[in-house]
Amino acid sequence: MNSAPGEKIMRIFFFCLLVSQAISSGLAQAKETYLEVIVTDPFIEMHTGPASGYPVFHVVERGEKITVLFSKTDWYKIRAKKNKEGWVHRNELRQTLTLDGKKTDFRDVSIEGFKKRQWELGLLSGDFEGAASMTLYGTYYLTPTLSTELNATHAIGNFSSSLMANVRVAAHPFPEWRVSPFFALGAGYIQTSPDGTLVSPVDRDDPMAHMSLGTHIYLTKRFILRLEYNNYKIFTSRNDNEEVEEWKAGIAVFF
Amino acid sequence: MESRHCRLFLKGTYNTLIALMMLSMADIHAAEPLERKAEQIILPELDRREIKQAAIDTEDFEIGVFGGALSIEDFGVNPVVGARLAYHISEDFFAELSIGATEASETSFEVLSGGLQLLTDDEREYYYYNVSLGYNIFHGESFFGQRAYNSDLYVIAGVGNTHFADDDNFTWNFGVGYRFIPRDWFTIHVDVRDHIFNSDILGADKQTHNLEIHAGFTFFF
Repeated sequence: MNSAPGEKIMRIFFFCLLVSQAISSGLAQAKETYLEVIVTDPFIEMHTGPASGYPVFHVVERGEKITVLFSKTDWYKIRAKKNKEGWVHRNELRQTLTLDGKKTDFRDVSIEGFKKRQWELGLLSGDFEGAASMTLYGTYYLTPTLSTELNATHAIGNFSSSLMANVRVAAHPFPEWRVSPFFALGAGYIQTSPDGTLVSPVDRDDPMAHMSLGTHIYLTKRFILRLEYNNYKIFTSRNDNEEVEEWKAGIAVFF
Repeated sequence: MESRHCRLFLKGTYNTLIALMMLSMADIHAAEPLERKAEQIILPELDRREIKQAAIDTEDFEIGVFGGALSIEDFGVNPVVGARLAYHISEDFFAELSIGATEASETSFEVLSGGLQLLTDDEREYYYYNVSLGYNIFHGESFFGQRAYNSDLYVIAGVGNTHFADDDNFTWNFGVGYRFIPRDWFTIHVDVRDHIFNSDILGADKQTHNLEIHAGFTFFF
């Protein structure tokens, strides 16, 4: 083996260092904004971990003050009397009050969040004219009806594989519907490499444009199902342009 | 008489003046608390608004590295290193993106034939990436002596690509993993995965199963 894997490991190591730095500074910042609330339910249950499967080991009674430290999915790490720390579900915090007696705002992610989503991150898989395709995409909503998107697709066929990167602008005429259709136009680049086992492996880079029709379907919590059809026009350096059809489906989460 | 009238008039004027002064002072006094009250109504609300659910730090992402062994069908068992990034969507589900790299060793045929090579050094490089959905089937505690630590057992499956022999192959993967959680922000993983793809390296197209076992650590952020 040459030095490349060693270098790669070093890079990963430094990346981890950076990340742990970011985590510790993040925790330091968070300390200043800890939220304190008063329990008004008869009692709330503290679990040892952030899921209902972890055992209940402590109970906080009505009137007690708790400190909310941080959250993991729908669970919150809290600190109660005598520095007891544990996890409570969001539902248990819904009835709590702030120290000056106001209602707190612990809400589940719902279809309302879907209608007002700003970011969307998803993975799609499907058929790119016979090749299996996978797409990773990120969308930013400028308004509920207009979004911009960046996506990367890898289509793996029997005789070649293609890497594509595209940007697009999409219109969502009915953002308030649970099944919300969209129409998009975009442009990008495609790199096609024939398989190594074939005789003349020459990579090709070509610009491309596409038209897309699809729909988002709100499932539950943060999940969206996305279905779409894409029609690509690849502007090749040969005499004829190529037209490729793609069907795909996938899951996305929104923020 | 006249002076008495005058005095009465003066007294009346004096009283009126005092009353007016008192009224105006009362007005001033009344105005001040109103202003202060108005300030109090606005300011605390602005302060409190900032302490909301959104201000609570979320720790839904997990990033880390792993190392282990990958058995490439026909090409021996080889050391593998990789990295993973996971997003925990709910207490049960998480999405994971992982990448890994290894290098294929020689097939039995190559070893026995003495010097004959099926693949060049470049072609022996094996990279994969995959995106998978994991489901925590058992949340629980693992005991070390007297101390209990949180742990999860999960199943995971997904799609991805394997680059091997200078060829991209659409790859399914599935497996089981164990996440040991000594700290809220630090975990240790042990994973077993099967990577399945069709390969025609040895002539005919066939489905290959490439088993991987690896251990690693991650940080939540």
